[in-house]
Amino acid sequence: MSSVDLRELYQDLIREHNSKPRNFHALEGANRKVDGYNPLCGDKLTVYLKVTSDVIQDVGIQGSGCAISRASASLMSENVKGKTVAQAEKLFKAFRAMITREPGADFDADALGDLEVFSGVSEYPARVKCATLPWHTMHAALAGKGKEISTE
Amino acid sequence: MTAPRPAASPRLAERPARTFDVARIREDFPILKQQVHGKPLVYLDNAATSQKPQVVIDTLVRYLTTINANVHRGIHYLSARATDEFEGARAKVRLFLNAAEDREIIFVRGATEGINLVAHSYGRQHIGPGDEVVISHMEHHSNIVPWQMLCQERSAKLRVIPINDAGELLLDEYEKLLNPRTKLVSIVHVSNSLGTVNPIEGIIAAAHSRGIPVLVDGAQAVPHMAVDVRKMGCDFYVFSGHKVFGPTGIGVVYGRAELLEAMPPYQGGGDMIRSVTFEKTTYNSLPYKFEAGTPDVSGAIGLGAAIDYVTALGLDRITAYEHELLDYGARRLAAIDGLQIIGTAKDKASILSFVLEGVHPHDIGTILDGEGIAIRTGHHCTQPLMDRFGVPATARASLAFYNTREEIDALAQGMQRVIEVLK
Repeated sequence: MSSVDLRELYQDLIREHNSKPRNFHALEGANRKVDGYNPLCGDKLTVYLKVTSDVIQDVGIQGSGCAISRASASLMSENVKGKTVAQAEKLFKAFRAMITREPGADFDADALGDLEVFSGVSEYPARVKCATLPWHTMHAALAGKGKEISTE
Repeated sequence: MTAPRPAASPRLAERPARTFDVARIREDFPILKQQVHGKPLVYLDNAATSQKPQVVIDTLVRYLTTINANVHRGIHYLSARATDEFEGARAKVRLFLNAAEDREIIFVRGATEGINLVAHSYGRQHIGPGDEVVISHMEHHSNIVPWQMLCQERSAKLRVIPINDAGELLLDEYEKLLNPRTKLVSIVHVSNSLGTVNPIEGIIAAAHSRGIPVLVDGAQAVPHMAVDVRKMGCDFYVFSGHKVFGPTGIGVVYGRAELLEAMPPYQGGGDMIRSVTFEKTTYNSLPYKFEAGTPDVSGAIGLGAAIDYVTALGLDRITAYEHELLDYGARRLAAIDGLQIIGTAKDKASILSFVLEGVHPHDIGTILDGEGIAIRTGHHCTQPLMDRFGVPATARASLAFYNTREEIDALAQGMQRVIEVLK
């Protein structure tokens, strides 16, 4: 094993969601759709949301990306489905704070649940945007920005 | 601080002429001795930038500690010395490219700025509504975007030479693209994403038979092969210093004097003028007409030292050694289950671009980095090419003459680790 512990980054849950991502399909009846783009690597994904009476009823994801971005999109879709817009936004902020935290800093593990599996990503600055792209895209969809957003 | 060595590495001179002693050559590159994540550094990102031999580092230190002054204002001693060394570096570049005259060598920031210079100066002068510029499908963004900008500004058209699945230009299609509206062909010598070495002489001959000038982007060629601009017959040739073992921030435009003479300046400022009044400015002669402002003096001198270094090693020997290494690398990688090499042209240099089924290149890059192996992953500033091959990105190992078979083995073992972690 190398001195860089890749298991910290590629944990089993991430590997599993990468190989079998959930909700990876276009969404019939979606009323929000935003394309996310990471110009650094050319990765693109689309987040579809069906939001009624302030609740995220359903989520769909399409696109190609690395293991980190696919697993992040997949776990995000599971975590925000059925949540209110305010709850999803709160989760987005907690997730972003965890991924972009300073080395050794604490984060709100209780709020994040199984999303804590991405805590190791903060050690890999080059990979932070892989994990946050789906969330930024969802955030833009909630804000009603029906256009492409970019990680830049 | 070690005492600066003289400009030419004495150890090189002692080497027998015909051997290529890589272990010995690696000693000249201090950065290669380090460990990354507890593993010996395996640097396979030479197409992005190359490492610097001690003699280049020493040359920069020597210049900054004993000579540093502004050039072309040679009243005092240091300025005269700086000017001599700076112009000496220009002469080294001329010999390196086998250009006819020193004034055909213009110092710029890099190949990108070189292409922009030609697009701004030659392009704006010669390209108008309905005219066409021909590039290829395998160009780096730096040889696409400046022409797109020009074509947009001038209502001109960008035409693209298609390629086959091996990553070779379709020369018949190229010939068909040439017509009386074609005002320039701008083509890459060696592809940074595929490694394809383009049959540049034939491409130039076809354009010249119709009176069309040709710019060649040599950024990925000069570190790997001898380049002779007169034999090639190109009208412009650009390259970057940092890719040929020199410093960053220095690059070269070679242009035929006849064309450069007729071109308007690229930027206005000091050094590019002969005299200035508020009514009228007359421009300086070549090459200074294109070198507004204080140039990167230390960068040019460092590039001169890098050129001395590779010339002493021998470009032909470098080409032969790297070719063997590239073949070995291709064989080792191709043996990995699910791995596909992107770019399988008959004539290739330095580049091993590949994809692994079910694994994104970025994950490959991260896992290899954990093994101390530096490669590039992404679109390599060639997005249209990635689209052509239907991949979002590739993993790219790019070689230099200081790389070894053992490092190729480490790469192949690293790929096994990728498979362990992710498949």
